[in-house]
Amino acid sequence: MLEHYLSLAVKAIFVDNMALAFFLGMCSFLAVSKKVETALGLGAAVTFVLTVTTPLNNLLYKYLLAEGALTWLNPAWTTVDLSFVRFLIFIGSIAASVQVVEMALDRYVPKLYAALGVFLPLIAVNCAILGASLFMVERDYTLGESTVFGFGSGVGFWLAIVALAAIREKIVYSNVPPALRGLGITFLITGLMAIAFMAFAGIQL
Amino acid sequence: MQPHSNAYIVGFAAAVCLVCSIVVSSTAVALRPRQAQNRELDRQKQVLIVAGLMHAGESVEAAEVQRLFDESIVARAVELSTGTYDESVDTATYDQRKATRDPAMSKPADPNTAGIRRLPYKAVVYQKVVDGEIEMLILPIEGAGLWSTLYGFLALASDTTTIEGITFYEHGETPGLGGEVDNPSWKALWPGRHAFNDNGEIAIEVIKGNAGTPADDPYRVDGLSGATITARAVSHLVQFWLADDGFGPYLDQFRADEGGAG
Amino acid sequence: MNQARKKALLDPLFNDNPIAAQVLGICSALAVTTKLETSVVMSLAVIAVLSLSNLTVSLIRNLIPSSIRIIVQLTIIASLVIVTDQILQAFVYDISKQLSVFVGLIITNCIVMGRAEAYAMQNPPFESLLDGLGNGFGYSLILIVVGFFRELIGAGKLFGHQVLPVVTEGGWYQPNGLFVLSPGAFFLIGIFIWWLRTWKPELQED
Repeated sequence: MLEHYLSLAVKAIFVDNMALAFFLGMCSFLAVSKKVETALGLGAAVTFVLTVTTPLNNLLYKYLLAEGALTWLNPAWTTVDLSFVRFLIFIGSIAASVQVVEMALDRYVPKLYAALGVFLPLIAVNCAILGASLFMVERDYTLGESTVFGFGSGVGFWLAIVALAAIREKIVYSNVPPALRGLGITFLITGLMAIAFMAFAGIQL
Repeated sequence: MQPHSNAYIVGFAAAVCLVCSIVVSSTAVALRPRQAQNRELDRQKQVLIVAGLMHAGESVEAAEVQRLFDESIVARAVELSTGTYDESVDTATYDQRKATRDPAMSKPADPNTAGIRRLPYKAVVYQKVVDGEIEMLILPIEGAGLWSTLYGFLALASDTTTIEGITFYEHGETPGLGGEVDNPSWKALWPGRHAFNDNGEIAIEVIKGNAGTPADDPYRVDGLSGATITARAVSHLVQFWLADDGFGPYLDQFRADEGGAG
Repeated sequence: MNQARKKALLDPLFNDNPIAAQVLGICSALAVTTKLETSVVMSLAVIAVLSLSNLTVSLIRNLIPSSIRIIVQLTIIASLVIVTDQILQAFVYDISKQLSVFVGLIITNCIVMGRAEAYAMQNPPFESLLDGLGNGFGYSLILIVVGFFRELIGAGKLFGHQVLPVVTEGGWYQPNGLFVLSPGAFFLIGIFIWWLRTWKPELQED
């Protein structure tokens, strides 16, 4: 059991890396990776939200949206299938979770809240969060698996963005052609990082 | 612009929700029958393709697909553990994938190399019937690949050991590598091979590298270069469904029934 | 067509390309471009959603209370995407199978939200529609260019038809697997940006 979760986590962090294998969360990945400090903050925030919303959406899907899910309310509703509104419900729960996280941080850990600043609300539209929930539905994970998957995906994103920020900080001192500076070279670097992460494909614990 | 009153905000939000839900729900409800039809048609096409009655990529009218299907294919529900037919199941509406998720219609699978977590109690198999004779058995197969679950069909001749074809109609493997399971040239390597050897043991496997012709090398199929994991997954899932946890009991039963008859 | 409208429609093609200049909409751009066919379908879906959402948001822009505007925009966009997804599943089932998860991701496609917030909330409906179309076209341009090269170099095919005969079928072309995988897409977009900024130096960063 533990092996299964461990394998799932490792897979989510390295093999199924949200940023480098599935290209989710690219906008913030490219925009927030100029400095390691900010990258660390965003990575932490994304991991937290992912760990909270993936299992939450799992529950919402299983007990509200899937076909026959509403039978606990009324046993006759076995054919009711609300899965077509899953996008809306998931995004709603993600936006709500981000709002709650924002308020909780502001109240209990104000230093962290100030450090994260504007990145916290930006997470609501980070495709990696919605993507993780959609993959969870597609792969039919249990609650435990969803939590591990969410956490692992977050850590993978965190790893990728901090690595990119570290490289970008160093590259400021290199002689990059003017037309390639900034966004252009970032894409090329990310491509190389993606190749590196492909080495993890097929790991089975 | 003066700030809106709270009543206005709530009212506006409610109005937006109402309008959006009406638009979304009416579209979903209106299009649902069509979508169900598409899924059914797709499944029928896949069965016809592996039975050799249609070619992949061939564009055929829906009515024609239905006709070909009704003409030569019979769907039977099978109780996996005993291998006997179950006539009480309506094969037209039975959704095996949904049943696999339903705890009332499925059970957890024993640990296996195909990555299969749950097994339905009953499965729907297809038989290609020509002039009253069962020519082929078409078995639904599935298993975990590298990135996704592969869903497909394996076609066996009525001797239950000669392979007539294989196809994977749904998978998310890497295009160009594992995705080459869709390559007609690779699929063409399967017909003529044997699933079981002379001792009745499961012998078919996908190897690394090249195998010989079906006559010389009846139990081995060429691997896919650069796609070791997907190829291995195919090997494992085919072996799983031929074994006792899959269609093993059904194939035994079939041999017993049909072996005697002509 | 007056200047403002022309600008709204044509700027996003090169000068203010959503992907290459605004850094929006990258995720799906990379993921669906393994084949030209899926790139084209995704482009059409995004053009449809983007123009309609811009139009809708612009029509009610003076009625939306500021405190809930993000969630209202999100609701409108999500509804349009769901409708698009349903239509794809009903009328082009084979392609919808390939697009699966990514159609849903149009909701979080930053271009749609970005343009709704940055343009549609402040501009009249017709201009917003044009802006939506323009950004949709800019996005599609990148998608189609990347999809073209990825399918051609990665598999020797275009729209599923074998254009370069591959070695495994007796030809001479050895497909470059790297282009079918993620890194190929990153490199192609990086090179496109390089070319774009060489052609238009005013877009360069320092």
